[in-house]
Amino acid sequence: MDQVKRTPLFQEHEALQALIAPFGGWEMPIQYPTGIIAEHRWCREQAALFDICHMGEFLYEGDLDAGGMEGLFTFSVKSIPVGRSRYGFLLNKEGGVIDDLIAFRLAEERVMVVVNAATIANDFATIGSRLTGAAAFTDISAATAKLDLQGPLARAVLVRFFGDALGSIPYFTFTECTLLGAPAIVSRTGYTGELGYELFLPTEKVRELWALLLTDDRVRPAGLGSRDLLRLEVGYSLYGSDIDAVTTPLEAGLSSFVNFSKEFIGKEALLRQKEEGLKQVKVAFKVASRRAPRHHYDICFEGEQVGTVTSGAFSPMLGCGIGLGIVTPEMAAIGSPITIRHERVTMEATVCDLPFYREGSLRK
Amino acid sequence: METYFTKEHEWVRMKDGVAAVGISDFAAHQLGDVTFVELPPLGKSVKQFEQFAAIESVKAASDIYAPLSGKIIKINDLLEESPEIVNESPEDAAWIAWLEPSNLDELKNLMTQAQYEEFRGGME
Repeated sequence: MDQVKRTPLFQEHEALQALIAPFGGWEMPIQYPTGIIAEHRWCREQAALFDICHMGEFLYEGDLDAGGMEGLFTFSVKSIPVGRSRYGFLLNKEGGVIDDLIAFRLAEERVMVVVNAATIANDFATIGSRLTGAAAFTDISAATAKLDLQGPLARAVLVRFFGDALGSIPYFTFTECTLLGAPAIVSRTGYTGELGYELFLPTEKVRELWALLLTDDRVRPAGLGSRDLLRLEVGYSLYGSDIDAVTTPLEAGLSSFVNFSKEFIGKEALLRQKEEGLKQVKVAFKVASRRAPRHHYDICFEGEQVGTVTSGAFSPMLGCGIGLGIVTPEMAAIGSPITIRHERVTMEATVCDLPFYREGSLRK
Repeated sequence: METYFTKEHEWVRMKDGVAAVGISDFAAHQLGDVTFVELPPLGKSVKQFEQFAAIESVKAASDIYAPLSGKIIKINDLLEESPEIVNESPEDAAWIAWLEPSNLDELKNLMTQAQYEEFRGGME
């Protein structure tokens, strides 16, 4: 096991008295002294700043067909207009998810791929082995820092510091610009369900940007604890919990991010799965109390186990427990009553649709 | 009135022959934002160190153990709607239940405030 890594902002987190814990091989701030629920609320109402430097970035330079980029993912990179980005998957031959990621079309022949922290090494090796060598493929994670500024006031904050041009970026669109004198990418994406931005810039500049953004009273730091609540309330999957190498995008309810009109590794397995029918499917459910379901709790129906919870939490916005899970297909109908069990704890729940929380500022 | 503590971070405080119980300031801080409290059934008899309630926070679910044997004679309903009181006032407003103790000799199995602080200090 590699040594646990620290982001360039580790000292800042310590100075802010963050609770720090390992996540994906990194020592990350889980929460600051105000607590997870206060940070969650701040993101839903104001603007929260997250250190996301642990995530990975790869740069691809070359012809998308000749180099092999076009066949890598479950979506067509060629069909992404320059200046836009797309979410999808890198799959194994069995159709399992090696990682979920976003590809940014920087130019005709330049693509940045943003991947999860824990999967950087495996993704880079896997992608490298599937490319032809006709293109350059580089892991730029160490040189690239990432901050997420998320919340209904995120746009106003960015405009205050960097001008009106950043105020008009549409959802899943980005702009290459200069921040603090350094080349940066400002992308209208995030993991919270709120209006927000992912800011990519050179690692040596990130402490300056972090400090600058926090001079605005509307901005407060938020840790990975609140980030997990925020993403779950809008039903986003977490790699390693809701999706993994033995779960296909079809089983995980993410088939809208799979383009069957193109070629990619894992496609045959997915087509077979479609033809044979799914043995397990994703569900979302609400608990009838404030009790929180948690990862690996059993999902039961009439005393029999029918599935497993993959993510769960108490939702501050809904005031009840919420969760995602994998169940047998006959249990997936909206409104199905289920029971969540773990040791002596039992909670009644109902299958529902996503997102749990619908009032977010995401597209405003 | 002396407050006694368990190794599992519950507190108990005697008044007029009955005992208020809750979780310590330290425990509440460790749990983080409390989101749910499972109260014991009124009238239930519990044994010392037997699980009798549960507290969930954003981060974790924890069982709560009875500091003394006895009968539950009152529960704090407020915690059902407002579990955040556990973070705001763990050793006062967020009492979980009142017990009618059946054996006060059991107090010797608990720690005094000073002993608890020493015990807790060793955990940091």
